[in-house]
Amino acid sequence: MIWIVKNLWLIPALPLFAAGIIAVNKQPARKLAASLAIGSMALGFLLSLCAFAATLGHHGDGVFREVFSFPWIQFGGQWMDIGWVLDPLTAIMLVMVTFVGMLIFIFSVGYMAHDQNFMRFFCFLALFASGMLGVVIANNLLLLFISWEIVGLTSYLLIGFWYHKPSAAAAAKKAFITTRIGDLGLLIGMVWLYAETGTLNFYDGGHGCLEQSALTTMLAHATIGGLAVSTAIGLLIFLGAVGKSGQIPLHVWLPDAMEGPTPVSALIHAATMVAAGVFLVARVYPLMAAGAAPVEHGTPVTTALTVVTWIGAITAIFAATIAVAQNDIKRILAYSTVSQLGYMMMGLGVGGVAVGMFHLITHAFFKALLFLGSGSVIHGCHEEQDVRKMGGLKKYMPVTFAVYAVGMLALSGFPLLFSGFWSKDEILHHASLWSVSKIPFYLGCTGALFTAFYMTRQMGLVFFGSYRGHEEKSAHGHFAHAHSHPSETDHSHDPHESPAVMTVPLIILAGFAILLGFVGTPAWPWFDGYLTGEEFKFDFSKLTEPGTLALMGTSALIVFFGIGLGVFLYGKRQRKTASEKDVLEAAQPAIYKLLENKYFIDEIYEATVIRFNAFAAWLCDFADQWIFGGAVLLVKYITVGLAWLYRLTDEYFVNLGFDTGCEALREGGGGLSKLHTGRVQTYLRVIGVALVALIIFLIWGRKA
Amino acid sequence: MTPLQACLLISALLFAIGFAGAVTRRHAILVLIGIELMLNAANLNLIAFWRFGAHPEALTGFIFVLFSMAMAGAEAAVGLALIIAIYRHKKTSNLDEVKELKG
Repeated sequence: MIWIVKNLWLIPALPLFAAGIIAVNKQPARKLAASLAIGSMALGFLLSLCAFAATLGHHGDGVFREVFSFPWIQFGGQWMDIGWVLDPLTAIMLVMVTFVGMLIFIFSVGYMAHDQNFMRFFCFLALFASGMLGVVIANNLLLLFISWEIVGLTSYLLIGFWYHKPSAAAAAKKAFITTRIGDLGLLIGMVWLYAETGTLNFYDGGHGCLEQSALTTMLAHATIGGLAVSTAIGLLIFLGAVGKSGQIPLHVWLPDAMEGPTPVSALIHAATMVAAGVFLVARVYPLMAAGAAPVEHGTPVTTALTVVTWIGAITAIFAATIAVAQNDIKRILAYSTVSQLGYMMMGLGVGGVAVGMFHLITHAFFKALLFLGSGSVIHGCHEEQDVRKMGGLKKYMPVTFAVYAVGMLALSGFPLLFSGFWSKDEILHHASLWSVSKIPFYLGCTGALFTAFYMTRQMGLVFFGSYRGHEEKSAHGHFAHAHSHPSETDHSHDPHESPAVMTVPLIILAGFAILLGFVGTPAWPWFDGYLTGEEFKFDFSKLTEPGTLALMGTSALIVFFGIGLGVFLYGKRQRKTASEKDVLEAAQPAIYKLLENKYFIDEIYEATVIRFNAFAAWLCDFADQWIFGGAVLLVKYITVGLAWLYRLTDEYFVNLGFDTGCEALREGGGGLSKLHTGRVQTYLRVIGVALVALIIFLIWGRKA
Repeated sequence: MTPLQACLLISALLFAIGFAGAVTRRHAILVLIGIELMLNAANLNLIAFWRFGAHPEALTGFIFVLFSMAMAGAEAAVGLALIIAIYRHKKTSNLDEVKELKG
């Protein structure tokens, strides 16, 4: 076994230790906190690179996979194992999470520079990274679940970081509770899986729950509706992924989570937490795909994967349309993330692990870039998040503009040069070949159109035109952060470029947003080969195959159309004031209203789930107060009545009788004791008299 | 009157005198003397029933009385010792004043 496999635990353990040390240190130790957190991530990144290197060079001879497990706790007669696995999926995620995480940490140093709770922030960040890395390396659903919950907890802490803002506190609660619904499914799936296979290890030399023997067992059993047990468990686990990755119908928490500090948004909503759901599905992919009929070309089709595909496709188009009508710079990105996660799910469903994961990795880079870029914008515009109040920032923030443009083009899938194009194209390519239905493909294409459009809209509003932030600057309330800038009052209100500590990570991310695409092009499908362990070769002719070419052409056309539409509507005719109506709003007020209010999903939940919940709570309260409370009260009164009765008998019968008896006894004793005079002679007399009496009695008795 | 009856009569008389003394006298030593008299009356009875009984040749009654007299001597010694102890304690030998065991 290679040393890196044995020591893989170090990667999540390092940030964990960093978080611990930060937590126990005295408050104002900013340098220590930041350097510990960043240092642990940097070390983790180096280790991840070693792990990555170990998995390289195995094309053609199957997937490289080494596990390290050890018994952890005992349940009855069985030992529960815990352990980690090193395979390409883990390695690529490790590299991505540690690298992006490190850049986000560095960026946070600049972004949170003025915050009082700088140390707490880095403590949470490091803990979050630790949980996320734990999810990635886990070879065991139990360890994965533990780390998964650490991630959930820290996301709650981080979203609610500015907890004195009621909206942030509410968003944190919303995120926590919504993901909890999914986690319940995951937990049930996990327990069921254990009951079926007796192990939670993913890979265990043939005995793991993702390996052939366990899968065959699970396929053989059927449950309600003719579903194989493996499908049912897969769907339950997918429910966890739905919660974490913000898929419909559990997506509602993700946009609200934008209340957290922007680096958190980048970390949680771009690189890691939301990717955890996609990663989970990728990890249990063998379970999802179990029982599919062998297919010559294309990917297996099972019930579980079909569900994944549909949920993903619907989420992709659904969230993309909402993003069109949002005005908060981070909310646009949040809905965009939801939409892109839908693409990833769809990719997993139609194309397998490599397709979904490729988009996950590229998306992680360019979305982290966009989020951090938006952080830079927000920082530069004095905590302004409303795109209507920005504009013309190209002039003030050239670096941010440049990298943001790269991110935007990558997200839109601008042809050939940007990573998003290749990864999204891969998904669409597989969707077009999907044997069940073509609808996800059309939904994906439409989503791509919207993606290009809303990103162009955002760019147009933020960076072009003229700055609109001067109006009613003092009136609006967005400043109400603890995040106050002492120097702000004497500065001019013009936006300013962010410091190097913030822009350098952005530039690095921008570089990757461009370059990463080239590891998975149809001509050189390195990524696919790396994850599946299959042979591949550089074949330029694949690019020019009619099917691929046509699809790429279509996709490019869609992107150009979307961008063109965006430029036409928002680039050419800039809004003059912040309060002016949106172009779309003026044209189609009804649709715009629907989109702006996110299809009223929150309101629907409010009217159904929340109201039902409130009703149930009221019902429980009612039952508690009147039915159970009444019963308890009844018992109470009965007891009290009985007690009263007992007291009465006790006082008036038992006690009195006893007292009287005692009194009589005492008096009797007193009387008798009078006889006991202490005079010996009296006794003697009595004895004499008694003797005489006895003799008389005896004599008389003889006579009679 | 047979000799046994005479003996019994004397012994009864002696017992009565002893009892009267024990009951009426106040002085502890006189009471003790009364008690000795009653004891001797009982001894006299024992001798009489032996001497005029079924087996005068066996010395059982005589021996019994000897034991009884030895015990009476010991008892008198204990009684006197008690009386002395009481006298030392209470500075009196009047039995009417010794009533610590009163109920």
